[in-house]
Amino acid sequence: MPLILKSLQRARRQPAASRRPLALLAHQTRYELLTARRNPRARFLTFVFPVLLLVIFAGVFHGTTTVDGTHVKLSRYFVFGILTMAIVLASYANLVVAIATLRETGVLKRRRATPIAPAILIGAQAISAVVTVAIMTTIMLVIAKLLYGIGLAPGAIAATACTATLGGLVFAAIGYAVSGLIGSPEAAQPIVQLTTMPLWFLSGVLISTQNLSGALRRIGEIFPVEHLAAGLHLASVRTTFASSISVADLVVLAAWGAAATVFAALRFSWLPSTAAT
Amino acid sequence: MTNQTTVTAAEPVISIRGLRKRYDDHEAVRGIDLEIHHGEIFAFLGPNGAGKTTTVEILEGFRQASDGTVTVLGQDPWRAPASWRARIGIVLQESEAEPGVTARECLELYAGYYPAPRDVDETLELVDLAGKADQRASALSGGQRRRLDVALALIGDPELIFLDEPTTGFDPAARRSSWEVIAGLRDLGKTVFLTTHYMEEAERLADRIAVIAAGEIVARGTPQTLGGRHQDASQIAFSLPDGTPDTELPTPLAARVKQRPGGRLLLASTRVTADLYTLAGWALEHDLELDDLQVTRPTLEDVYLQLTTETTEDHERS
Repeated sequence: MPLILKSLQRARRQPAASRRPLALLAHQTRYELLTARRNPRARFLTFVFPVLLLVIFAGVFHGTTTVDGTHVKLSRYFVFGILTMAIVLASYANLVVAIATLRETGVLKRRRATPIAPAILIGAQAISAVVTVAIMTTIMLVIAKLLYGIGLAPGAIAATACTATLGGLVFAAIGYAVSGLIGSPEAAQPIVQLTTMPLWFLSGVLISTQNLSGALRRIGEIFPVEHLAAGLHLASVRTTFASSISVADLVVLAAWGAAATVFAALRFSWLPSTAAT
Repeated sequence: MTNQTTVTAAEPVISIRGLRKRYDDHEAVRGIDLEIHHGEIFAFLGPNGAGKTTTVEILEGFRQASDGTVTVLGQDPWRAPASWRARIGIVLQESEAEPGVTARECLELYAGYYPAPRDVDETLELVDLAGKADQRASALSGGQRRRLDVALALIGDPELIFLDEPTTGFDPAARRSSWEVIAGLRDLGKTVFLTTHYMEEAERLADRIAVIAAGEIVARGTPQTLGGRHQDASQIAFSLPDGTPDTELPTPLAARVKQRPGGRLLLASTRVTADLYTLAGWALEHDLELDDLQVTRPTLEDVYLQLTTETTEDHERS
């Protein structure tokens, strides 16, 4: 009798999240956002660092450049260049460090031992990255308006949101792919620096691509950062949604995302690389 | 309740037949057979690199066997679905806390993964962490974190729990408190697969033990019978009062007794009761007090070291 009562109680206590994929995804996403909020390193890297950089660059460098044939002040250029950087840091850099750490400390292995589907764990991290990207994009656009009087038309804002969201997802996928190549949490940070730092200069983030030689520009165009930046810069000088979307750049981004997803699916490991016999 | 893979009490919870695991250049597990039954605490002993972790990871579904059959709760772990993982709990050898959350939040997160989880507060209570529930998991001491690991393994209310070296690196007090938690799992009716290299731990907790060395099972039995331990000679040790030569001992004993430096006498005995009776009878008759009389059996550690050293050396020679 007490056993029956116990199992009845247990059935009533059954949480809403159990078994339904969408509820599970919400359950895991809440947790991902909670931990992101409590991680001081990620908070600084994601929110403080890009704003700081924007204020410095816009304060130090004055003048104009051209975006798609339109003359713009350098401050406008930096807002969208550094927004690109912020998106890459919020999704790619955060995930590479987080996943390498979770894997090597056995946390991923322990999660894998539970009934939750890998797609839900990965999906929640991707959603968390996109939410972070959305918050950061909002912050950057508000700062642009308040500090530099840079406004966007509603169509351009919608296009920026779409490009930023796709960018967040693509760089999250690349983060998953790259994390599979990293053997220790200590190696994650240098790998992130090595894979991003040169691209800040070659992709229209901190320097206009117009200042680069043809060869350097072509090198930059191989990598996805340049295409995210180009997409965001385009929206900064247009007004309607359709004219603010750079289809060619988004296609290249999506291709990088698809390739990274396939690579991650083949290479991804839940077990620490130091697995014993 | 009625599920086609439900294991009845008669069927083994874990069944291993001819299990082999090859890595590129060596064979870590070389054909082992094991059966673990419902409700038992089974200890899997072996030195580092003996194939212990590989075997456990195959049972947990993390690695695929190269050869042989493995059935855990009626399924092949490598192909088992999520519903199977809901029935097992795992305490990994090395895993850190989920970052950024408290002990309670961590349990709530994991509880959400399972179809019928245990109550979070009740589980915290069970591992004696109720007082630390709102502390960040990463700020807990080593012993407390390991108990949180046990709570995480229990939160889904599993039938079978794997504990991979659950007390490695613990101080004696933390080890003892973890043993209480593990012994408590027996009372909950769980089947426990424990790997360890602490003999005392296996002796305390396990119903049955198997020893693996160089990828093979070299002995199996209960803590009392492992490696024929119950048949090995015991040692009876005692001292005679000053001035009593050992030649005065009763004849059957005098011939077998050996003197140790310091005057203590040692008697190897396979019939302890009879030999003690003779010895005590003789002492009473002569009104002698046998100082520091002691009977010792070979420890599990003696047996274990003998088993694993022999096998590992043989393997290295071949």
